[in-house]
Amino acid sequence: MKIAITSTGNSTDSIIDQRFGRCSYFVIYDTESKSTEFIPNPNKEAEEGAGPASVQLVATRNVNKIVSGEFGIKIKSLIDSLKIQMIVIKEPTKRIKDIIEMLHH
Amino acid sequence: MSPRSKKIRKVFSPPPIKGFKPYGPDTDLSKVGKVSLLIEEYEVLRLCDYDMYNHHEASQIMNISRPTYTRIYASARRKLAKAFVEGLQITIEGGKVYFDSDWYNCHACGCSFNNPEKEKPIEECPLCGSNAISKYSDEQNEDMPINDCRDDFCVCIKCGFEKRHRLGSPCKDEICPNCQSVMSRKRRSKSKI
Repeated sequence: MKIAITSTGNSTDSIIDQRFGRCSYFVIYDTESKSTEFIPNPNKEAEEGAGPASVQLVATRNVNKIVSGEFGIKIKSLIDSLKIQMIVIKEPTKRIKDIIEMLHH
Repeated sequence: MSPRSKKIRKVFSPPPIKGFKPYGPDTDLSKVGKVSLLIEEYEVLRLCDYDMYNHHEASQIMNISRPTYTRIYASARRKLAKAFVEGLQITIEGGKVYFDSDWYNCHACGCSFNNPEKEKPIEECPLCGSNAISKYSDEQNEDMPINDCRDDFCVCIKCGFEKRHRLGSPCKDEICPNCQSVMSRKRRSKSKI
C-alpha cells in the first residue's frame, strides 16, 4: 500500500507540511518495500488550482492514503471520489520518520 | 437584487448509473426526449423511499432545511412521473451537490481521518492502529444549530405542567391534563426559529 505524506523538506528528518496543495515535497511511502520517494511539488507557487493539480499528481502514483495538516474545500470531494483516505494531523512538529513509524503500528 | 444562493446539498455517494432508457417494441430511442434528474433529487428519493428516513431526518443528513428537502422531493417525483407517463429517458446529472464521507477522530494520536470505503465500517486508526476512535460528526452536531425539536417540551402556561413535545403537532393544540388550558413550547435544543 502506498501512502503520500506532505513534507517541508526532502529527508525523513523534515517535518510535515501543514498545507496539502502548496507543500514543498510529497513523500510517497510504500509499506511493502518500505521505500520512500520524494517528489518536489511543482504547484508550490501556483496562483490557483494547486490543490486539484496536486491531487492529480499524487493519484498517478496510486496512493491509498494521504497524510497532511489540512485539505482544502476544492479537493475534499475530489479525493473522496478517488476513494483515497485523508488523514489530518494537527501537530505541526511531527517529523516524517515519526509518521512512517506510526504507520507500522 | 440577486436571489439567495442555494445551499450546497450533501450527497452520500454518486448514483451507480447515469440514467434510464425506456423499453418496448415501439420505442425509438433517437426520438425519445429526456428528463434531467439532478443528483440531489436522486439523493432525496434514495433517503426517503429507499432508506425510509422521514423528511426531517433526511434533510439533516443532506444539510438542508426540511422545507427545501420537501421541495426537492416534490420536484423529483414530478420529473419521474413525467418520464413514466410520457415514456421519456431519465438522465441523472448536475445539481448543486458535494460528496462527503464520514470523519473520525483518533484519541490516541489526535489525528482525524475519513472513511473512503463507505460500505466497510472503520475499526481502527489508519495511522497508529489504535481503536480509540470516535465519529467526528457527532461532536460537530453539538455546536451546529440544527432544528432538532425532538428534545423540546410542551409546557402549560398556567400550572407549569410539562410533557415531551410531539413532532408535527403544534403545542397550542395540546391541552393541559391538569387545568385544561392551552400549552406552549419550551425549547431545550439550541435552535432558534
